[in-house]
Amino acid sequence: MSAAQIEIQMVAAVVAVACALPGAFLVLRGMAMMSDAISHAILPGIVAGVLLTGSLHSPFLILAAALTGLLTTVLVETINNTGQVKEDAAIGIVFPVLFSLGVVMIAKFAGDMHLDTDAVLLGELAFAPFNRFTVFGYDLGPQALWIMGSVLAVNAFFLLLFYKELKLATFDPSLASSLGFRPRPLHYALMGLVSLTAVSAFDAVGSILVVALMVGPPATGYLLTDRLDVLIGLSAGIGIGNAVLGYWGAHLLDASIAGAMATTTGIAFGAAVMCAPKRGLVAQWRRRRRQRWTFAEQMLSIHLRQHENTPEANRECRIEHLQEHLNWEPDFAQRVVSYASKKGTIRRENGHLSLTEDGRAVAQDAATRT
Amino acid sequence: MPPSSDSNPAALSVRDLTVAYQEEPVLWDIDLTVPSGVLMGIVGPNGAGKTTLLQAILDIVPPAAGQVRIFGAPYEEQRHRVGYVPQRGSVDWDFPTNALDVVLMGLYGRLGWIRRPGTDEREEAYAALEKVGMADYADRQISQLSGGQQQRVFLARALVQEADLYFMDEPLQGVDATTERAIFDILRTLQKRDCTVVAVHHDLQTVPEYFDHVMLLNVRRIASGPVEEAFTEENLRRTYGGRVGFLKQQDMGTTAPDGSEETEPS
Amino acid sequence: MIDLFSQLLTDYTLRTVALGAATLGIVGGGLGSYAVLRGQSLLGDAISHAALPGVALAFLITGSKAPLPLMLGAAFTGVLATLIIIGVTNTTRVPYDSALALMLSVFFGVGLVLLTYLQQHAGAAQAGLDSFLFGQAAALVEQDVVTMAVLGGVALLVMLLFWKEFKILAFDPAFGRSLGFPIRALDVALTTLLVIAIVIGLQTVGVVLMSAIIVAPAAAARQWTDQLGAMVALAAVFGAVSGISGAFVSGTTANLPTGPTIVLCMGSIVVVSLVIAPNRGLFWMWWNQRRTSQRLRRERVLCYLYTLARKHEHPKYAHEAATLDALVSGSTRTTYVLRQLAEAGFVSRTEKGKWHLTDMGIEEAHRLAKSRNLISDFPPTEDERSTD
Repeated sequence: MSAAQIEIQMVAAVVAVACALPGAFLVLRGMAMMSDAISHAILPGIVAGVLLTGSLHSPFLILAAALTGLLTTVLVETINNTGQVKEDAAIGIVFPVLFSLGVVMIAKFAGDMHLDTDAVLLGELAFAPFNRFTVFGYDLGPQALWIMGSVLAVNAFFLLLFYKELKLATFDPSLASSLGFRPRPLHYALMGLVSLTAVSAFDAVGSILVVALMVGPPATGYLLTDRLDVLIGLSAGIGIGNAVLGYWGAHLLDASIAGAMATTTGIAFGAAVMCAPKRGLVAQWRRRRRQRWTFAEQMLSIHLRQHENTPEANRECRIEHLQEHLNWEPDFAQRVVSYASKKGTIRRENGHLSLTEDGRAVAQDAATRT
Repeated sequence: MPPSSDSNPAALSVRDLTVAYQEEPVLWDIDLTVPSGVLMGIVGPNGAGKTTLLQAILDIVPPAAGQVRIFGAPYEEQRHRVGYVPQRGSVDWDFPTNALDVVLMGLYGRLGWIRRPGTDEREEAYAALEKVGMADYADRQISQLSGGQQQRVFLARALVQEADLYFMDEPLQGVDATTERAIFDILRTLQKRDCTVVAVHHDLQTVPEYFDHVMLLNVRRIASGPVEEAFTEENLRRTYGGRVGFLKQQDMGTTAPDGSEETEPS
Repeated sequence: MIDLFSQLLTDYTLRTVALGAATLGIVGGGLGSYAVLRGQSLLGDAISHAALPGVALAFLITGSKAPLPLMLGAAFTGVLATLIIIGVTNTTRVPYDSALALMLSVFFGVGLVLLTYLQQHAGAAQAGLDSFLFGQAAALVEQDVVTMAVLGGVALLVMLLFWKEFKILAFDPAFGRSLGFPIRALDVALTTLLVIAIVIGLQTVGVVLMSAIIVAPAAAARQWTDQLGAMVALAAVFGAVSGISGAFVSGTTANLPTGPTIVLCMGSIVVVSLVIAPNRGLFWMWWNQRRTSQRLRRERVLCYLYTLARKHEHPKYAHEAATLDALVSGSTRTTYVLRQLAEAGFVSRTEKGKWHLTDMGIEEAHRLAKSRNLISDFPPTEDERSTD
């Protein structure tokens, strides 16, 4: 591994963690698409910053773009609050309009600057090691690492400080406000962090990867844990893993690094959807298969119990009847009956089915459980 | 014997119906027979599966097991004889359409694919709006109707279906007292025309007054039948848990065990 | 004006771009109306991003840059992404918007990988594929516009044919199913039409801005009408107008890209519609609110006069405006309200500057009091009491 390769991976890992922290809350608050909206809508802010400062790397640029991100949030809410346009439609209008504004500004005023739409969308991580951060002639590593490290620090500090408040405001906004925690300023602060992170990350990884890194790891972690603190830790870890694996994937294929990282994010998510221990599709399928038999046994015993000692018992409590009324295939009915008689919950006499004491207990248990 | 072998089959007969979301059953082994021509109320606590029961009968949610017969035949064959009034909250009332147009939707099933409603259908829909007292509002955007008026529009949409069996999900939710009366007058009229109505209902107080049959549901069927037989203190306690101990069987109109309403004993 | 018009007829590039933009606007606006009403406004954004790998794949397979195979490839991955989003939402606890954002970025990332891979291995042959995605209206040729028009026309035709079915799908799917319509199939069909509307626009406005083409004309149209048919038609008109004017403005101004210009036109239409559309516009709502509060103030003054008069057992007993001021929330504008009432003939002024009810006013006040169940008394409200 060359020094540049290590540096690229370090930058990517820092970006991944910086994105995962606010991202976890975006996912939980049902505002994942705001990451997409903000990461596009900051373009006019970036352009304005570049035009005013004449540099692509001024801190003022970050401020201008972060303010544009907040403006996006405010605009979306204002339009939504008119009660005439739903929130998703408001998002779907605001960010393309702001993005268009940015593109037009570039075309009109900043044609000669090194700034084009592709760069904002796609980023170029491979260039990250070329911009060095030097103090008094000492090379302190890639500039992007320092910028993203600072953003990560801000995000982590904010989360540590307001963890409890954010948790409450996410879970139960009305309770939070009744306790005096003011979810609205908190909401804007979170959106401010999203903007700050998106704008700082854009020239390293591009806006699309920002979305992938903000939403992907938390969504993946959400399938693996029920605890918020674990979710945040997992998101950071998964983010780093996706970034590093993505980097080597890109290296292997000689393809876009940002694209490869988004791809590994997708693969990790897909793996979690399939194989997550409790919530994965495989686990769901196996549980359903296992429960199919106990469920069928319960249904059978409840059915028998309901018709026990009733005049129609003779008709209801026969195996043929199960086929007809429980929609069971003849074969399946036979197997359920064998399964239940083996377990000793039912008795079979000349085709007439009756419950044993155990069977009655099963029926009782199932009935009270529901 | 199964009702299908009767010469005059029950309007609705449900056998061993079970519905499960994920692994948890929401409806467990429901048996229910609704004779033709009755008004039946379905009551039960929140999460008892009332809406799910209607949707399973109407094949909107797939049952895990069980069988549904409408007038002795599967629902698929009897669809044209069934009308449905979903919960008012289930649709977006800001949808760009007017009251008459919503009522016209009730005729889409009869029209079949691609054919559009014409003048005849519009007249029919208008007549239905007249029956529910909403003819003046035919051109009104639906978001500009009050809750009670929206409910009447839904009812009119069901009326144009000219069904024999109606399923209504909380037709009285969020309507004022006058509308409640009006709606029940319409249901009575339906009953006089030999229609059968099965309605999810939330107000226990008015059950004896409005319905002649009742089903008490809490995942399982606790009881069903004529109100005077099934709507007992014992059954209500089994449906709602211990909270209804004070309900007097003789004087059913006094307390609402779902805890939301309170009235003085008369 | 005539200049512009003749330019449209003679300038090949401008005409092609304008026609393409108009097609895109009509189809996007029309089908976008359904997307907006069904709460799928952001699905368009996901679909347009998900088109990228499809375009790359289509090129990889066919080796052709003709619009039709590229659009079909784009449509394929667009539909695939939609199905995955729906599947993930239905089978896991991941919420819809997260699934949307995730699939959007993942598909786009896969597309980028494919595109850069092609760059390395197919050499210059793939050049121009990215213009398909980031929008380069100026590069549109006649063949592109014809493909757009045919695909879009078919999509609109299908929408019109199944108008009634799609309407019930959008308004009340559970009821539609109870009528026997295959709601799921209709859902897939309508979403596929939306995908078509999106892929035919990518070349003109690009991936990022496509969302606006779907959402903006529809949201603007909703402000002006309460009927689905009119909304769809109006959205198509707004889309076409924005498309053509965007093409014009950018075609006749130096350094103005077409796609963003179209989107900015749409944005302006949305803002104007939000503000001035009758009934739903903000200005209109503000005006209505003002009128209502004025009417309520008049009615309150009328009722107070009536109460005071009843206390004096003489219905036309005259009062100082200041007496009423004290009663009506300490407002000092009572005189203004009284003048309005006088104009309507409900009160009149004595020579001493006192006010009393007229016969008409008594009748009106009585009617009001009765309709509000206030016949016996008008107890002052909390804040009125505190200002007393």
